[in-house]
Amino acid sequence: MKYVDEFRNAEIARALSAEIASITDPARHYKLMEVCGGHTHTIYRHGIKDLLPDQIELVHGPGCPVCVLPMGRVDDGIAVAERPEVIFTCFGDMMRVPGSKGNLLEIKAEGADIRMVYSPLDALRVARENPDREVVFFAIGFETTAPSTALTLQRAKKEGLENFSVFCNHVTIVPPVRALLDSPDLRLDAFIGPGHVSTVIGCRPYEFMPEDYGKPCVVAGFEPLDLLQSILMLMRQLGEGRCEVENQYSRIVPWEGNLAALKSMAEVFELRPYFEWRGMGFIAQSALKLSDAYADFDAELRYSVPGVRVADPKACQCGEVLKGVLKPWECKVFGTACTPEHPLGTLMVSSEGACAAYYNFGRKSFEKVEIGTRQ
Amino acid sequence: MSDREQRVLDTLEQNRRSTPKFTSPRIDMSHGAGGKATHKLIEGLLLPTLENPALAPLADAAVLPFGDVRLALTTDSFVVRPLVFPGGSIGELAVNGTVNDLAVSGAIPVGLSAALIIEEGLETEILTYEVEAMARSAENAGVSIATGDTKVVERGKGDGLYVITTGVGVADQELNLSSAAVRPGDKILCSGTLGDHGAAILIARGDLELEAEVLSDTRPLTPLAQALKGSAGPDLRFMRDPTRGGVGTVLNELARDTGYGVALWEEKLPIRDVVHGACEILGIDPLYVANEGKLLAVVAPESADAALESMRNTEGGEEAQIIGEISEEPARMVVMHTQFGGTRMIDMLVGDPLPRIC
Repeated sequence: MKYVDEFRNAEIARALSAEIASITDPARHYKLMEVCGGHTHTIYRHGIKDLLPDQIELVHGPGCPVCVLPMGRVDDGIAVAERPEVIFTCFGDMMRVPGSKGNLLEIKAEGADIRMVYSPLDALRVARENPDREVVFFAIGFETTAPSTALTLQRAKKEGLENFSVFCNHVTIVPPVRALLDSPDLRLDAFIGPGHVSTVIGCRPYEFMPEDYGKPCVVAGFEPLDLLQSILMLMRQLGEGRCEVENQYSRIVPWEGNLAALKSMAEVFELRPYFEWRGMGFIAQSALKLSDAYADFDAELRYSVPGVRVADPKACQCGEVLKGVLKPWECKVFGTACTPEHPLGTLMVSSEGACAAYYNFGRKSFEKVEIGTRQ
Repeated sequence: MSDREQRVLDTLEQNRRSTPKFTSPRIDMSHGAGGKATHKLIEGLLLPTLENPALAPLADAAVLPFGDVRLALTTDSFVVRPLVFPGGSIGELAVNGTVNDLAVSGAIPVGLSAALIIEEGLETEILTYEVEAMARSAENAGVSIATGDTKVVERGKGDGLYVITTGVGVADQELNLSSAAVRPGDKILCSGTLGDHGAAILIARGDLELEAEVLSDTRPLTPLAQALKGSAGPDLRFMRDPTRGGVGTVLNELARDTGYGVALWEEKLPIRDVVHGACEILGIDPLYVANEGKLLAVVAPESADAALESMRNTEGGEEAQIIGEISEEPARMVVMHTQFGGTRMIDMLVGDPLPRIC
């Protein structure tokens, strides 16, 4: 496939892999966190861990927007979706994220009108086509998807669509990373920065990582060669004692970000004082809500939602696993109260979360697998 | 490994081996997707209630001994939207689907039944088109639709037309196809490109505003099954048509049923560029996308090359490949050697990426 295969070239991969190995200190253990769930996916899908020396461990970060949504917010979404006048629209991967009493897929089976969309603009179209119904869009995602929600709302306002509203759960990437860095027991050496988010916010927001916390960060693309190259860049920084923000994904990410997208976001959203993250607790200024100018489109104001905080079970230790302090099997609820079918914490929700992967494949989820003959 | 980790792993293993319980209070769409949830429904609810030796292997067709012959029996329901899609339509699918369940069980189809559930208001022209498609497909597969039934349901209670077909066949006496016959070292053959049907349906629905020329691969697999039997004989161990849930799910079932590992080579997987591209855009893995005219076979290594050759010389098998092999370890897991040079664990389909495609 053109424009994709070039970034999946096995020969270049072998060369990068050898170069990484050549600058790896055999006496040292390196923990690199990929912040973004998209990177975790690439790492699994292409088997990138097998191309790295044993000394390098990749730790999967908090950057999966559906996984980090707490149960209380899912419950609020379900309460809106259950209203008879409402057509509830959301992304497909949101359907299976558990609330305290079930997920959207189950509520749909009970009769709620829930429709999967691929873009918020599709939700807007549903609203135009169903003027006698109320259409609500369940907005999720980091700064990556927030601009498309902003654009959709700007369009809805311009068209004067009164039967459309947004249940806003957009989150921001820097506060949870800062929360991780603030914890005294953190055991990470460097960060692979989220590429898609950075197309919007640029690279400048990560400068606090080297400056305040002494951790290097390389903003990375999503093809497997992007990741290998980013890991090499981080290893060079660690080897040379440098500590800075570098941009591997410069073919897409401008250092200053996308100013038009940021402007739309600034018009439509404002920061929430705090927001709850599944498995990580409350984090200050870590999420967006609709600004006063767009209050008419705010589903939280239009409908009364329970707004009840459903506490993560005390025993859930996602935070510790994320920080690299605990391994999945060391968590008190792993495999008992928390399973892929009834996940409690963020790392069990997605099949690529560290806990779900360990649940399904044991040590093979992170160790090299020997099988069959190589072709 | 610490004692604690070992204990956790032992518990997980125990859970995996125990009979699943069906605990969902209602049926949701994931129960129809052909992945983990469907398995739970079948093994946790249907199988324990209907328990009998013919059903227990959960094969594509049940084999019922009757005098000197072994009868093969299978049934399938078709609820596809849209009714007509590039490369086929529901009538063609309904005949081929059931013929294929017989074919991969090593049986020659003898007769089919067809039940039509028609929604009030369906245009006669559409019904005629589908019945003609069924007649054509049956003739093509060398089988007759010997009996049938019609029901009409009120408007809004069906998607125009549902078709249920049942097939009876005679199982080959010389073949012993079952997962129990599979051995480490056996090769896994795939008759052609993956994901064509599922991708064609997704694109035909138009929800995604993707434009691409992808045709469903619906076709009868009897000629391919016969070619394999002719070239591999008793070395042909196992066949499946990877419909709902795709190749990834079928191979996980195989790994679980045999207790062996399955190794795949990504560069050997035949996938059309356009299907690859569509899947890439949608974030779907072609390994989990449905096929309606592809055959997966496990063949002893001695006969693998001859089997491959015979498939490639048969219509519908021109792009056949040896895509992997059975290995002793890791037990009950599917692992893919990626093109990139790593390995990747392949799980069974979770959830429902493609609602109602066959």
